[in-house]
Amino acid sequence: MNQASHNVAQKSTDKYAIHTTNLNLWYGTFQALFNVNLNIKDGIITSLIGPSGCGKSTFLRSVNRINERLGYVRIDGSIDVRGQNIYAKNVEILQVRKQIGMVFQRPNPLPISVRENILFGHKIHRSGKVSSRSEQDDIVESALRTVLLWDKVKDQLDRKATELSLEEQQKLCIARLLPVKPSILLMDEPCSALDPKGTEAVEELIWELRGDYTILIVTHNMAQARRASEECIFMLMGKVIEHTATEDMFVTPKNSETADYIEGRYG
Amino acid sequence: MTAGNTKIASDQYDRRTMDWYIDKFMQLLMFVCGISAIIFIISIFVFITIEGLDFVIHDLDIGEFFTSQYWSPSDEDDPEYGILALIAGTASVTGLAMVVAIPFALGTAIYIGEFSTGKKRESLKVLVELLAAIPSVVWGFIGLSIMNPLIIKVFDVPVGLNVLNAGIILGLMAAPIMTSIAEDALKAVPDSYREAAEAMGATRWQVIFKVVLPAAKNGLLGAVLLGVGRGFGETMAVLMATGHSVNIPHSIFDSVRALTATIAAELGETAVGSPHYGVLFTIGIFLFLITFLINLTADLVVRGVRKG
Repeated sequence: MNQASHNVAQKSTDKYAIHTTNLNLWYGTFQALFNVNLNIKDGIITSLIGPSGCGKSTFLRSVNRINERLGYVRIDGSIDVRGQNIYAKNVEILQVRKQIGMVFQRPNPLPISVRENILFGHKIHRSGKVSSRSEQDDIVESALRTVLLWDKVKDQLDRKATELSLEEQQKLCIARLLPVKPSILLMDEPCSALDPKGTEAVEELIWELRGDYTILIVTHNMAQARRASEECIFMLMGKVIEHTATEDMFVTPKNSETADYIEGRYG
Repeated sequence: MTAGNTKIASDQYDRRTMDWYIDKFMQLLMFVCGISAIIFIISIFVFITIEGLDFVIHDLDIGEFFTSQYWSPSDEDDPEYGILALIAGTASVTGLAMVVAIPFALGTAIYIGEFSTGKKRESLKVLVELLAAIPSVVWGFIGLSIMNPLIIKVFDVPVGLNVLNAGIILGLMAAPIMTSIAEDALKAVPDSYREAAEAMGATRWQVIFKVVLPAAKNGLLGAVLLGVGRGFGETMAVLMATGHSVNIPHSIFDSVRALTATIAAELGETAVGSPHYGVLFTIGIFLFLITFLINLTADLVVRGVRKG
């Protein structure tokens, strides 16, 4: 009902960063998403909340098509990213993943140096052109500066990335997406493996990135959704229940299920 | 509950049931089985050392042993005990075997570990293990009766029993075990690495080449070392396919003789306790030490990857 009002208000889909139409998804015979229709605005942080198994991670993972590595996933409907259906036949999956970066629940830097982690995406997407050492240095510095990690690791760029603290690892995982200039960042509970201090630092960073990137963040943590997102989507059993401005959802939820979840009656 | 107040019979706690005796007995039995492997290895080493040591101390010129290429231990007037040519034979065959086996084993392991799934994967693994179980004399037979005429025909050389023949045979023999170990090493790479790289838009090949192989390099090195160990120790197939002539090879078409094959061929016709008998045991000690060292290194290298 809520999406309907959105659709009426804004017919043109190009203005949205992500626009889905009747998205259904099955893992084998199990249906995980039911008719998901969402319009996610450009340049803001949108959080996805809902109890475990409600499909929020599934939805997130289908936006850069990383779900498909499982092999038994079937999708029906469409996801338009900036007006282009990423599930269209002529779309190259590698380009989709380049445009739409993903941050995972557990920090997963590659077991190579900090520097090589940052350059990984750049190197696999440069298509033959070899960049000079100084260009690479600039890329590494600017990515690490953006995630507020430069001062900490500038003297240990050759250190193995997996030896950093979890907080630093997660920031690095965000930083390594930036050199290929994605327009959208997907984050799947990016703070759930971190301690409170790390959570705060990463949240601050995500807030800093707002505007330059469209950010879609899945979270289990209601307080995090409330303080760190501008719009909020509540999902339940594979369906979108409510999608509004975050403050409206937490103050005056329109749907009784949303209210119950927010107040902690289940989930 | 009244149970708490009931007095426990004084002998209730020290009663030994049948289960207690069975348990103790089985523990002892398992302990004996467990250490028997170690006892056997030590006994074997002690045995070959005792048999060879007397000769090493009294008759052998160690310098000549390792540097002379003349091997004529049965010469009654002037026996010579140089194993340089034999070492060269074993090393050249093993070296060529690795050139053959490494690409095969690595390719198979990558295909099984990274590309195939489900039933195909399981049946491939079974097949590889089946291949490892082929008796070495069968491989030697293939070397003699198939490879030999083939090499003579294809390369137009007089003899087909040479380094090339034995190297290919030994390579095919070592590849299955190397494949198994290499596949284990690939499987030990956390899937989150692959997922991370794929999420950034890396192709399958980029994921394998830039992420999986570097992360598994210790395990892969261990696989290669085990293959080398297998090459040094292999006897029957090498005896049949090398041509068995004492020779430092100058090309892959030269016939050679391996350390192991020398022992196998000559030990039966020497008198127990004779110098010839002693020198064969000395070669045995040398082989034991080499393969032990290679296997130990391989083991340590593979363990290194688990820890880090």
